[in-house]
Amino acid sequence: MLSIKNLHASIDGKEILKGINLEVKAGEIHAIMGPNGAGKSTLASIIAGNETYEVTEGEIELDGEDLSDLAPEERAHKGVFLSFQYPVEIPGVSVTNFIRTAINETRKANGKEEMPANEMLKVIREKSELLEIDRKFLSRSLNEGFSGGEKKRNEIFQMAMLEPKLAILDETDSGLDIDALRIVANGVNKLKSDKNAIVVITHYQRLLDYIVPDFVHVLLNGKIVKSGDASLALELEERGYDWIKQEQEV
Amino acid sequence: MDLKEKLVSSFMAFEERIDVHSELHDVRTSAIKNFENKGFPTKKDEAWKYTSLNAILKNDFTVFPKTDSNIQYSDVKKYFLHEVDTYKVVFIDGVFSSHLSSTTHEGIDVCLMASALTKPKYKMIIDTYFNQIANKDDSLTSLNTAFAIEGAYINIPKSKVADKPIEIMYFSTGNEAALMTQPRNLVIVGENSHVQIIERHQSLNDNPVLTNSVTEIFAQKRAIVDFYKIQNDNLTANLIDNTYVSQKQESHVAVHTFSFGGNLTRNNLNFYHFGERLTSTLNGITIIGEKQHVDHYTLVKHSTPNCESFQDYKGIYSDRSTGVFNGKVYVEREAQKTNAFQKSNNILLSDKATINAKPQLEIFADDVKCSHGCTIGQLDETAMFYMQARGIPKKEAKALLMYAFSNAVIENIKIPELKQRITKIIANKLGVKIGFDL
Repeated sequence: MLSIKNLHASIDGKEILKGINLEVKAGEIHAIMGPNGAGKSTLASIIAGNETYEVTEGEIELDGEDLSDLAPEERAHKGVFLSFQYPVEIPGVSVTNFIRTAINETRKANGKEEMPANEMLKVIREKSELLEIDRKFLSRSLNEGFSGGEKKRNEIFQMAMLEPKLAILDETDSGLDIDALRIVANGVNKLKSDKNAIVVITHYQRLLDYIVPDFVHVLLNGKIVKSGDASLALELEERGYDWIKQEQEV
Repeated sequence: MDLKEKLVSSFMAFEERIDVHSELHDVRTSAIKNFENKGFPTKKDEAWKYTSLNAILKNDFTVFPKTDSNIQYSDVKKYFLHEVDTYKVVFIDGVFSSHLSSTTHEGIDVCLMASALTKPKYKMIIDTYFNQIANKDDSLTSLNTAFAIEGAYINIPKSKVADKPIEIMYFSTGNEAALMTQPRNLVIVGENSHVQIIERHQSLNDNPVLTNSVTEIFAQKRAIVDFYKIQNDNLTANLIDNTYVSQKQESHVAVHTFSFGGNLTRNNLNFYHFGERLTSTLNGITIIGEKQHVDHYTLVKHSTPNCESFQDYKGIYSDRSTGVFNGKVYVEREAQKTNAFQKSNNILLSDKATINAKPQLEIFADDVKCSHGCTIGQLDETAMFYMQARGIPKKEAKALLMYAFSNAVIENIKIPELKQRITKIIANKLGVKIGFDL
């Protein structure tokens, strides 16, 4: 589904990604781990089409189609979803109104009619129950005054509403207490199918207890330096990243 | 003959033609003298440093228009808040239109200035209020005073709530090649009373218009006044709005200015305090483009203790548009425990758009809370990316962000239908079809 080949990217002339290779197939869950500043969020952001970064080399394909010339919204319309590490506050625009706009724009781009209002309300009810979101919450301004946990839960709610092909969860676990973490992970697992794929970006192994990855990759200094199965995450939790750094130096 | 000469020389004829209360003739005569001495303001005047009337004054404005128009309500319905019942005081080319208006004398007075200025039963009120809070030194206000006859007269007696919003509407038809009008409104709101007023100036074609409007608002003890100014006129229309507010204790007066249209718009908004524990609110949203120019020149004069004032102005400027925010807060020595807040947030969407923001705080009391904040920036890139990444195209994302930016001011609109209307105008202005309300 997602195929990244030799991806190099920089910001203000500083190279952040130095040749990333990653293959994600439908039905898979991948975890990308690594210390601060390794380039994890940059990678997520670039897949979603953030134009702040300059891709200097390599390619990103979704189902065989090159994404490089597509605007972020066009990637979204093709099924790419990024759950933000720091979701943006938008006063005056309610959660419901925002998600309705997002869904209808996506449908429009894919040549479909707008979703009828009653169907929209039904889906909203369903998905908000899945994430144990209070209905009152949905009429509040998007992310404005939300706690860290509410913001993240709202991100996964939007993911549930948009049903993306490829979901990238950037540090979705940060700011979540253990109950919220369980609810969010539970939601993600229910959305998982053999037709979509999930890339989880995280510092810590904690989230991976709930969302069990098929593959774990270690991103260090702009490169994926080690890949393995779920047990690699446990090993990282126990031993940190230094041993990998040393392995690299040798 | 330039416009100033034309105005001055036509004054005598005008004065002879109308029959107002006799004392008013003296008021008018000294007003025209002041205008004759000072003339139109120029960029040399500190208060007009960023706004030039020169190009506009070159038009050959008619100052006494013909009054033969046959505009029907259906032609202009869209400019009214037609979803709800309202009182209407309507003027066409500066002259009262009885068939478009819906006035009242039952319990409250919503009628025309011409009656108030001429009929004996209003004489005492006119002597007490007319031209009492307006700045007699200001040349444009003086010009208006000299020619004041048409406008809205609103008097809400003690302990009354006006049962419907009042719409004051000035249409210009374009029957004249170029038209200058001098509307004059007087609003008196009695103790414990409440009124909501909407004022709008609208050209019905593209002939140049210059409106020099003066509004005096008197809020008695505990009165509540919500005044909304919709400025969404054609690009050939120019508006100089001079609004003077006099407040007594515990009153709350809010003036909301929505500046979206017009070639040049100048808002001179002045608040004066004559009692304790009162609140003044000045809100504005400006969204302009092309070569439009909007100048907000505000003054809040805190003269009494324990009062509050809030100013919140949001501006979005594209193309070659220019904006000015000059906010003056004056806190006299007696005005202890004043809370005065002022905010001017601006977004420039083009390299050629300009905003001049100038907060001016003059504080002579020592126990006060005063703050001001001016920001000038571009749209938040991260927020744009966030919305785009959710599938919302750039144009719509931009519109949503601008709506969000103006939201604090929109939220303050107390008439739901008006709030919807303003939201719609903003959506149109931003060229998007987004259902903002759900």
